[in-house]
Amino acid sequence: MTVMSVPILSFLIYFPLLGAVILLFANRRNSLFIKVFTLVISLVELAASIPLFFKFDDAAKTMQFVEKADWFPEWGISYLLGIDGISLLLVLLTTFLTVICVLCSWKAIEERVKEYYITFLFLETAMIGTLCALDLVLFYVFWELMLIPMYLLIGVWGGPRRIYAAIKFFLFTMAGSVLMLVAILTLYFYYYNATGIYTFSVLELYKASIPIVKQYWLFGAFALSFAIKVPMFPVHTWLPDAHTEAPTAGSVILAGVLLKMGTYGFIRFAIPLFPAAAIDAVPLMSVLAVIGIIYGAIVSMMQPDLKRLIAFSSVSHLGYVMLGIFAFNMQGVQGGIYQMLNHGISTGGLFLIVGMIYERRHTRMISDFGGIAKVMPIFAVFFMIITLSSIALPGTNGFVGEFLILLGAFKSNVVYGTLATTGVVLGAVYMLWMFQRVMFGVVTKEENKNLKDLGGREILILVSMVFFIILMGVYPKMFFKKMDTTVVEYLAFVKSKSAQSRVLEQNTVAPRVAREEANTNLTR
Amino acid sequence: MADLIWLIPAFPAIGFLINGLLGVRFPKTLTAWVACLSVIASFAVSATIFVQFLQLPPESRVFEKTVFDWIVSGDFKTQIGFRIDALSIIMCLIVSGVGSLIHIYSVGYMHDDPGFRRYFTYLNLFVFMMLTLVTGDNVLLMFVGWEGVGLCSYLLIGFWYEKDSAANAGKKAFIVNRIGDFGFLLGVFLMVGTLGAAGVWTLKFSELQANVHLIGPGLATAITLLFFVGATGKSAQIPLYVWLPDAMEGPTPVSSLIHAATMVTAGVYMIARLNFLYVLAPTTLLIVTVVGLLTAFFAATIGCAQYDIKRVLAYSTVSQLGYMFVGVGAGAYAAGIFHLMTHAFFKGLLFLAAGSVMHAMSGELDMRKMGGLRKKIPITYWTTFIACLAIAGIPGLSGFFSKDEILWMAFSRHHSFWFWLLGAITAGMTAFYMFRMFFNTFHGECRASEEVKHHIHESPKVMTIPLMILAVLSIVGGYVGVPHLLGGSNHIEKWLEPVFGHHAPAATMHADGFGIVSTAFASSAEPAAGGAAGAEMMLMIGAIIIGLLGIFIAWLFYVKNPELPKKFVQKFQGLFTLVHNKYFVDELYGFIFVRGLFKIGAICKEFFDETIIDGIINGIAAALYGIGSLIRRVQNGLVQGYAFAIIFGAIIVIGYLISRIL
Repeated sequence: MTVMSVPILSFLIYFPLLGAVILLFANRRNSLFIKVFTLVISLVELAASIPLFFKFDDAAKTMQFVEKADWFPEWGISYLLGIDGISLLLVLLTTFLTVICVLCSWKAIEERVKEYYITFLFLETAMIGTLCALDLVLFYVFWELMLIPMYLLIGVWGGPRRIYAAIKFFLFTMAGSVLMLVAILTLYFYYYNATGIYTFSVLELYKASIPIVKQYWLFGAFALSFAIKVPMFPVHTWLPDAHTEAPTAGSVILAGVLLKMGTYGFIRFAIPLFPAAAIDAVPLMSVLAVIGIIYGAIVSMMQPDLKRLIAFSSVSHLGYVMLGIFAFNMQGVQGGIYQMLNHGISTGGLFLIVGMIYERRHTRMISDFGGIAKVMPIFAVFFMIITLSSIALPGTNGFVGEFLILLGAFKSNVVYGTLATTGVVLGAVYMLWMFQRVMFGVVTKEENKNLKDLGGREILILVSMVFFIILMGVYPKMFFKKMDTTVVEYLAFVKSKSAQSRVLEQNTVAPRVAREEANTNLTR
Repeated sequence: MADLIWLIPAFPAIGFLINGLLGVRFPKTLTAWVACLSVIASFAVSATIFVQFLQLPPESRVFEKTVFDWIVSGDFKTQIGFRIDALSIIMCLIVSGVGSLIHIYSVGYMHDDPGFRRYFTYLNLFVFMMLTLVTGDNVLLMFVGWEGVGLCSYLLIGFWYEKDSAANAGKKAFIVNRIGDFGFLLGVFLMVGTLGAAGVWTLKFSELQANVHLIGPGLATAITLLFFVGATGKSAQIPLYVWLPDAMEGPTPVSSLIHAATMVTAGVYMIARLNFLYVLAPTTLLIVTVVGLLTAFFAATIGCAQYDIKRVLAYSTVSQLGYMFVGVGAGAYAAGIFHLMTHAFFKGLLFLAAGSVMHAMSGELDMRKMGGLRKKIPITYWTTFIACLAIAGIPGLSGFFSKDEILWMAFSRHHSFWFWLLGAITAGMTAFYMFRMFFNTFHGECRASEEVKHHIHESPKVMTIPLMILAVLSIVGGYVGVPHLLGGSNHIEKWLEPVFGHHAPAATMHADGFGIVSTAFASSAEPAAGGAAGAEMMLMIGAIIIGLLGIFIAWLFYVKNPELPKKFVQKFQGLFTLVHNKYFVDELYGFIFVRGLFKIGAICKEFFDETIIDGIINGIAAALYGIGSLIRRVQNGLVQGYAFAIIFGAIIVIGYLISRIL
């Protein structure tokens, strides 16, 4: 474990918060200053996060940029930060998307501008904290902190049904969090009973050998909490409402980062803490993931509202991520992680696209459009590229992730792999049909005849998204390099740990040879 | 030169980028020059490599170049790399050569279209993707091209997107192709998985070929069948052919380039490329042959009953692609590629000529409103005539040699006289429907309105010169494959030998599912050897007679006695309606798949998502709210307060329960 001299992670976490605090004293009427100030803060944050990528040691097997300080030593609570190849990429995604969000809110947010940007900076702090925290209490604090600004973003700056959506969002996530808290405490006391040490550090808790039945319960609690966040079928219904009502930037950050917290939670906590339970949960999780892929796509197809359509497409795309993660092989897991980034870019991009057209027409109903390609040709090009990324056309980022996930899934179970591959067809169906109804045909509505094409700021936003769509599609190695070692270690750890739990089990309870065999097959 | 092979696909990519990113203010001429030159440059590179190849001994005619690692995950690894060998160089020459001609033609054809720049941007992108498809050195890069050409096809079919029919056709093409890709992807997964289990992780053609023995016959059959599903999508075979006729909504040069000469042949190329795998799977080869034959026949029948000249050509393409599959399905990959090439010439020409006719007729496509154009547009007339003779299999022209080779292979390798007969009858129908179109368009009285008649004029040189070049190719293109029987030496088969080798599948093939006429003289592995020569000659003469008969009937019906077809239609009203409406397959698919999907979608959305799941959630919420309201009466009414209380209580209750269980 290397301890860095510059507390770069702490800087990344608290710098936006500092910005938010300064903004508190800003004159609320000077909205231009507030916007420029927030933009500068987010740009500095982005600039500060980029060295992480280049300084990150690809070959190191442990956490990097670690910061450790005692917090409540008597209870074993510490201030422990660190990132590996997985969180590294997600941190960068977060700092990048925050800049995009500030830019895309530029004209869209006209009320309570000051509060809006304060909320956003606060959210950034919480997100990066969640990704860097390696102490369960610290993690939980940041996890809950994320909820508040998101709740406010939906509830204050949202659409007409914002209150319903915000409360639904809050209740769902809260319900999950509560279970997770219980599980964290149970784990904590269990570890104390077993070793005599009070600790909340995941790096320590990874070492715990927990009886399998207990693992089931704890995994269940963690998994439910994260599954709600992902969201997995059937606890996905908060997502369409939250997305529909949230302002554009809220949707972008919700899809781009917040959902990833669920999948990230599985990789960082639920699976490595309770590996045997996680491996036993493979059939359940895979089936739910496959249902999510297909069901999300089919329901998406039927949506009359653009944002709802994209929200359900998220259910489908995150189904892929979960399927990959629970394939427990290199291709599946790496594909899953890559797909998390891809989804941030492509679905984030789609929400930006919808936001731009919403600003012009104040409607999101597909039937209100038609023939837009004629009046907004530049917009049409970007919309097309992002759509193609979303349906995973080779050459775009989406293909790399989806291909590896499906390959990994197919390797571990032919049935899941085959069923999930139907998503390739369904994805094209709902996206292209949507695209056709919005962009093609003759302009029939009077209001659509004089829409202005994209301006410079909007083009800048979309160009940066498209840049990553192509870069990640053509040269994925740049990103895979960062997570290779981490994922190899992670898989090796999960496999050996799960085997170890079963050996313990065998000595105490009845032999489970058959299941063991199944597992070695599965994880090869 | 070996290090520069990536230039072949790179040039059109550069053209695409220049016109796409910088071309906003380009004058039309500059756009046109950039687009055409980029493809011509590819052709020049291909031709140079071809000449180099000629000087090399056959076995060293392979250039490979890996550019960089693309997707690397665990043991799985695939790279961006290119491979030029005897097979891909032929494809490159066809794609860039015919592509160049069609680009040039398009400058004239699309001259007045407001989407001029967009058109050429797409067209360059297409050529880039198609060349990637044929030069990629691994399955996944081939798939990049495979999907990429699909995208361009989507964009170009829907080029006039304001027309609903065009937008629909584009979408249909993409989705139907995706269904094929579903099979393709599963094939890739199964192949990677199978080889990976044996410790070989590769998708590179050369390494696949070296390790192909690790794949057992059962798996080889499964893998090849899955790939073939992909081919039925891209190359419009039963049951996924339905998108191609609709694709005629695109500009006519697009139909010529993408939907006749190049993209739709990708499936044939893919099978030829993976020949080492298909050889292991005789069952698949038999299925490929049967599907190809049925498609050829079925589409030809539809072609006989269409009035729209582009639709006739579209069904003709489906039918001719069927022939190519018969060829590769017989293990005669060289014959399939040979027909692919000659078809690129004459069918590309036919579409361009149809475009020229449309140009003259103010966009008219219905042959019932044409006639008598022979004198007015003579270049189009004569070039069309040559192409019709070529496709009808008249001796001396390119189509004769390639089609005959396929028919003979279908007969000799599968030991089935019936395969040959069905193929030959289809050839007769081909001759009939082509000349039906030809006579209706160019002969007899002009049936167009006065205004249209007034405007009829021959196309400009930029369009007619490509027509003439393709006409020459349609004649001479066949001489690279003159069979031994006619004193030739079948250069193309020899040329392709380093890729396809000397498979002698006649012995391994357990064909002849019909069990009839396992003729004694067809047992020889070398088709033109010994006693087989007599059979080959007989069949060849038979095919020529059937072809001539087709032309004769067309002449009888549409020139000699124009009343006959009407009488015929009246007599067989039902049959005609059925065939004219394409056997109602589109309607059937629409009913089963499209409506079915929407039904399921409605159930999922309205019943399941909104009623059941949300119902439960809202029910819980309402219950909580109810409890909250009760508490509120005794508490101070702060929302935060009761939320906290509920959560806190829940923690205690659940924590208690769990601690009891554990």
